[in-house]
Amino acid sequence: MALVVLAFDLLLAAALIWLAWQATRAADLFHAVVSFIVFGLLMALAWVRLEAPDVALAEAAIGAGATGALLLSALDRLARRPRRHAPLYEPGTAWGFWLPAGSALLAMLTLAAWNLPAPGLGNEILASLSASGVEHAVTAVLLNFRALDTLLEIGVLLLAAVVIWALGQAPPPLVPSMPSPALPALGRLLFPIFVLVAAYLLWRGSHGPGGAFPAGAVFGAGGILMLLAGARPWIRSSEHGPWRLILSLGMAVLLAAGVAGTLSGQDFFQYPKGTAASFILVLEVAAGLSIALLIFALYLRGKPREHGSWGAAE
Amino acid sequence: MTELYPVVALLLLLNIVVGLVRILRGPTAADRMLAAEMFGTSAVVIVLLMAFVTDNPSLVDVALVFALLAALASVTFVSRAWSAMPPSDPDPPCPDVERKP
Amino acid sequence: MSALEWIGSLLVFAGIPFIFLGTLGLLRFPDVYTRLHALAKSDNVGLGLVCIGLGVQSGSVALLLKLVLIWVLMLIASATAAGLIARTALARGLRPWGT
Repeated sequence: MALVVLAFDLLLAAALIWLAWQATRAADLFHAVVSFIVFGLLMALAWVRLEAPDVALAEAAIGAGATGALLLSALDRLARRPRRHAPLYEPGTAWGFWLPAGSALLAMLTLAAWNLPAPGLGNEILASLSASGVEHAVTAVLLNFRALDTLLEIGVLLLAAVVIWALGQAPPPLVPSMPSPALPALGRLLFPIFVLVAAYLLWRGSHGPGGAFPAGAVFGAGGILMLLAGARPWIRSSEHGPWRLILSLGMAVLLAAGVAGTLSGQDFFQYPKGTAASFILVLEVAAGLSIALLIFALYLRGKPREHGSWGAAE
Repeated sequence: MTELYPVVALLLLLNIVVGLVRILRGPTAADRMLAAEMFGTSAVVIVLLMAFVTDNPSLVDVALVFALLAALASVTFVSRAWSAMPPSDPDPPCPDVERKP
Repeated sequence: MSALEWIGSLLVFAGIPFIFLGTLGLLRFPDVYTRLHALAKSDNVGLGLVCIGLGVQSGSVALLLKLVLIWVLMLIASATAAGLIARTALARGLRPWGT
């Protein structure tokens, strides 16, 4: 049986390398995007094999779902340009550069992996898990022990959304060449399940794999589905009040939680004794909502338009 | 019988790898998208089998997220990417099979 | 092994060939429409049998319902996608094989 498992792992690794190669080298952009989507799918399987269901969840929601939709809809703007028949760079010079550079990177990664402290920090985390406010080690690390990292991750997403808004208004979405009544029905049918599963994953985070990132990604993907089904996001005034509020909610609440520790005479992100559970709950909900709207905002490719301006633009 | 599930998972992964041929050959964009959709089904089954082999119920959630997001890629493909491609462009008649006269 | 586990395992093993047949159709059929036909039906029968089989084998009703939910979601996704792809392919002038 060990042989079967080994064969599975080797085949998975080989398929991942092949797909990564295809995603970077295929001359046809659509071919590259599909390779990348399948890469995300198999990457989630790899995380499952590595016994990291938390990462597998995030990869399934973000890698295979939201990023695929993002790239595919980016193709509609690129499709009108002349097709790119040549690869991005010349194969001749590429080998001379990429082979040594790749080998050097591989060597450095091997060296780094070799020098990692042998047992890691797993035992320390399990030992202090009871004080963290949650029963699941990954959530404890993400929102208590290393909440600073989560703050910075959401900061990166927020920066991306700010840059996209700076590019201007969202382009009007394409009308499908063959409108189908199945699409709005699909949106109405599935969106409640998206909300339900997002809430379930958020709740799961306190005691098992789940939490704000997969939940936010699933919720955001639900929004993308509604957009595809013909819904038009809009804002009431030029102020973008609720949009800005929810987009920055996760960042703001995480910062506030960090500063609260400092103000009460402790370290940054050190929650007052006995309140960790409630802090983490608030952080989870705020971060989940923000992540959902951030992913949705990335997909819009610009500032949402004002109410009523869609008709004029199309 | 659960002992045979890793073998089944390996066969399903092999199934995906063989299906990669369709992504490589196309010929139309829809064929490639279809292959990706098929991989979704196979991946769900693999994850479910792994959940049973390792007795880890949280893997069922991974399969649930896969299933929920399965529609997203194909719907985006049809209503955005494919609708924007010029019709004559990458849709040659199927070259790998002889057409009937 | 209990009877439930046997029935569950048999359902799982009955479902797997359908998935392989779907791939065979994807590789061997001549055009988009026939490939859609092979995938949308065969794969989902296979997935359904596997889901129900694993649910029965686990002996837990909650897990069985969750697995059936996964199956239903995949059914909805694949049915909608198949319809959309076929409609769009026809609108783009892709001629079905043999016409």
